[in-house]
Amino acid sequence: MDYLALYVTLKLALVTTVILMVIAAPIAYLLAYYRFPGKSLLEALVYLPMALPPTVIGFYLIIVMSPKGFIGHAWESLTGGSLLFTFLGITIASIIYSIPFAVSPMKAAFSKIDRRLLENAYVLGLSKRATFLRVIIPNSLNGIAAAAVLVFLHSIGAFGVLLMVGGSIPGETKVASIAIYEAVETMNYQAAGMIALSFIPISYAFLLLINKLNEDSRT
Amino acid sequence: MTIAASLKKRLKYFDVEVSFSCASKSMMVMIGPSGGGKTTIIRMLAGLTAPDEGQVIFGEEVWFDSARRINVTPQKRRLGYVFQDYNLFPHLNLLDNAAFAAVDKKEVDGLFDLFKISHLRKRKPHMVSGGERQRCAICQALARHPRLLLLDEPFSALDVVTRRGLREELKSLKGSLSCPIIYVTHDINEALFLADEILPVVEGKNDDGWMQRTITREPGEGTAAKGAREPRLSLVY
Repeated sequence: MDYLALYVTLKLALVTTVILMVIAAPIAYLLAYYRFPGKSLLEALVYLPMALPPTVIGFYLIIVMSPKGFIGHAWESLTGGSLLFTFLGITIASIIYSIPFAVSPMKAAFSKIDRRLLENAYVLGLSKRATFLRVIIPNSLNGIAAAAVLVFLHSIGAFGVLLMVGGSIPGETKVASIAIYEAVETMNYQAAGMIALSFIPISYAFLLLINKLNEDSRT
Repeated sequence: MTIAASLKKRLKYFDVEVSFSCASKSMMVMIGPSGGGKTTIIRMLAGLTAPDEGQVIFGEEVWFDSARRINVTPQKRRLGYVFQDYNLFPHLNLLDNAAFAAVDKKEVDGLFDLFKISHLRKRKPHMVSGGERQRCAICQALARHPRLLLLDEPFSALDVVTRRGLREELKSLKGSLSCPIIYVTHDINEALFLADEILPVVEGKNDDGWMQRTITREPGEGTAAKGAREPRLSLVY
């Protein structure tokens, strides 16, 4: 069995989840609590990766990450290396691909908090930042956990966008879904079956976790 | 220290337009029918709602002045504000709630003894009764050493017996506090029991005749009569 591909998949999903939690929290906060011109445009932009075919996202990521694209160019002049076909490259792709799944449950959890609690925190002397850390985050843990699980599951399932940006370099960009695809291409159904089977308990366990979190947040 | 305010605010159905002041060690009770702008006035004192025009002056400090474009944030006003509910943070136990913004966390124990909730210190807010929650909310506000205490119908969600008990506790506590206290209620009994001064507010304006009209059951008209039913009911108890 291609343990290396499974390892890359889990590493990618974990890194994506951790980074996205940090990036998505302020975006979700902004969308949940503030009204500003262009808010609906920003919100649609954040959710756009959910509505686009992964190959379309992959295509535009290739454009910006290639040595001629602005991100790829900046990266190359900084480090001398390329972003395409690297783990960092597919991490960026995975983050963009999953951002809606992080922002949406967090925004829902933040919006559910009673505004009077926040006002009480302000009266008690807490800045907006301190209120976010001491009141909003601790009272949204279920939503944040749901976001983390969704992002993790969505990342282990990514295929098209990663194939376009990362190709299939063993140990670097070859994730399990790509390994399955390649095994089937070469008629190696046994290898494909082994990797495919390993997904079922992982995904099933995480879905149970999501259901549990949803139940908890309802009570 | 004295809090002095002169406030104007346009609301949907009427305009708030009041002036009042309240000195240290004094409790001013703002009374009037529900929906008459009392909470809006309290929120303007706390800095949670900005008046359209006017001033809020605390001692020598200007908290709000529309002409000079001064509006001090609620964080910097250092006041205590007890709502009808929703003061306590659901993720913290009562002790941590009261110590949330405490000047000296050790004082919280003394406050808990005073309000007889020491045995509940490790409970979360949803595990205690409404009266115990409001006791804790008052501890939370007092632990911050507020320079002004605002109480917005703090006991109106409670049953009559609990409400009377807390009312008495508050009255006995009043003497030991050195800050001005502003208390909002629509209950005339409560007002008469607690107040050093009474400010009746009807449709956003000071209406000194409201109390008398309500108690003497003069056939009122419109909203004054409607709001008067609530206090009359409470006279039974």
